[in-house]
Amino acid sequence: MPAIEATGLVKRYGADTALAGLDLAVPEGTVCGLLGPNGAGKTTAVRILTTLLRPDAGHATVAGIDVVKDPAKAKAALGLVGQHAAVDEVLSGRENLQLFGRLHHLGARTATRRADELLAAFGLTDAATKSVRHYSGGMRRRLDLAAGLITEPRVLFLDEPTTGLDPRSRAEIWSAVRDLVRRGTTVLLTTQYLEEADQLADRIALLDHGRLAAEGTSDELKAVLGGDRVEVLLVDQSDVDEAAHLLAVPGLEVDRDAAKVSIPATDRVDTLSGVIRTLADAAIPAQDIAIRRPTLDEVFLHLTATEVPA
Amino acid sequence: MTALRFAVTDGWTITRRDLLHWRRAPSIAVITLLFPVLLLLMFSYLLGGGMAVPDGGDYREFLVPGMAAMVMLFGLETTFTSVATDATRGITDRFRSLPMSPSAVVLGRAGADLLQSLATIAVLIGAGLLVGWRWHNGLGPALGALAMLILLRIALLAVGIFLGLLAADPQAVVAMQILVWPFGFLSNVFTSPATMPGWLGTIADANPVSATVAAVRELCGNPGWPGTSWFAENATLLAVVWPLVLLAIFFPLAVRRYQRLNR
Ligand SMILES: Nc1ncnc2c1ncn2[C@@H]1O[C@H](COP(=O)(O)OP(=O)(O)OP(=O)(O)O)[C@@H](O)[C@H]1O
Ligand SMILES: [Mg+2]
Repeated sequence: MPAIEATGLVKRYGADTALAGLDLAVPEGTVCGLLGPNGAGKTTAVRILTTLLRPDAGHATVAGIDVVKDPAKAKAALGLVGQHAAVDEVLSGRENLQLFGRLHHLGARTATRRADELLAAFGLTDAATKSVRHYSGGMRRRLDLAAGLITEPRVLFLDEPTTGLDPRSRAEIWSAVRDLVRRGTTVLLTTQYLEEADQLADRIALLDHGRLAAEGTSDELKAVLGGDRVEVLLVDQSDVDEAAHLLAVPGLEVDRDAAKVSIPATDRVDTLSGVIRTLADAAIPAQDIAIRRPTLDEVFLHLTATEVPA
Repeated sequence: MTALRFAVTDGWTITRRDLLHWRRAPSIAVITLLFPVLLLLMFSYLLGGGMAVPDGGDYREFLVPGMAAMVMLFGLETTFTSVATDATRGITDRFRSLPMSPSAVVLGRAGADLLQSLATIAVLIGAGLLVGWRWHNGLGPALGALAMLILLRIALLAVGIFLGLLAADPQAVVAMQILVWPFGFLSNVFTSPATMPGWLGTIADANPVSATVAAVRELCGNPGWPGTSWFAENATLLAVVWPLVLLAIFFPLAVRRYQRLNR
């Protein structure tokens, strides 16, 4: 049984349709990356799955528990770190974690011990007794994440957990998520950073206009764009046409402004050395030649393009 | 049974969060506690000289019950701000995503706000005693007067929770702060409604705050004006009925509003 399962989720806000029939299944112990442009419906999906919002139609379970029919039981199995830090500004970091620990029905001593463990795990021990008002954005975010991990939930929802963090804080959060997954937690995370999905997620669901636009592993999604390519960056823009003429194969792409030419890397290294030879014979200087895998960014732009290029 | 126990223990946890706020931001707590005392001193010493009180009574004796009701009214701002802040900052959503008792959020708020109002009243009573206010009918009626004030506060709690969830914007408290004043002045808190133009005086008598203040003066044996309107004549009854009416309207509204956060 999947840890998260959603079928036909619909949510409307007046005339706006935030979710237009979302289907999603996340196997236990895996990380699902929910990607999508602004307004795609990521937060709406997370809020429905965490019982904060009722769907207008459809059905969803978390850890096998129906989130609409049995929200109380579902809440005991899930953890949520919302898009915006939801911590008490006046209290200290430790007081915040103690508060949320108590509300998880931990005893006073257990709540304090857990708070200190989490503060240490997220590098907040030094700031433990400082009021959250004086925290930096990154510290606040880490505290927020810690608050979502108080009881090591079976299923954890992270809505853009690293937005606005520096690379180091981001890496810390990534490693915290990996640790949790290793211990058996299932994670659904939404993100704007494709690299994050690439790094963390076993499978990626691409959301657009409230619908699943694509779903698969990062490699599967990249294959949508036709696999690896040999990309040549020329020194001189005026050479672009001649290079394109010499390299002519189906699937050739030319970017005149960037002085770039690329062809499918059908035979990988052989294609690469062929390109190098052709250019050398014609004495066309190149700055850079490489085999490149399409980035998730390209997949993202390709699949969520609102205007299909002619 | 466990549901009830969790409602109480979780509610207390949330109340304690506010107590911690006071400790972390003591200056705000001190201002809240002392503001009514400041008003009491200003009105009794700066304006009180020009105020006539029936039977040659002391204006300060007259004013303290009114200020006590004002404290309850100011409490509306506290409730509103706390509820609206938690709603916008995502704290309410965090609470809603936890396996805690759903009614604890309201119970905890009620506990914290009642404690704050009681502390403020205690300080006001202390200041009142210093400037010459007394309760003249014994401790029983005086405690009865306190109960009347608490009843009003509980009704305003429901109003504040409803409006806070409705506005979901802590900035809107400015509107509340402005509205509290006409509510306070259009009453018998500072002067007799009989001195106001006829219809305005009737509105002032009908003000729930006036009913509570009249009842408190009556119970403490403090001077007040004999009213002429039906509202003034039945003030003690209204001091019970008004808060219950407010509760009957706003408590269900607040609960509904809370339940509909998932829409
Ligand atoms: N409370 C609301 N009232 C009205 N419309 C809403 C509400 N919440 C979301 N929407 C609309 O639903 C759509 C999906 O919003 P949602 O917040 O789920 O997007 P998102 O993918 O999380 O976007 P972002 O990347 O910007 O966080 C948007 O068009 C948004 O305007
Ligand atoms: Mg979002």
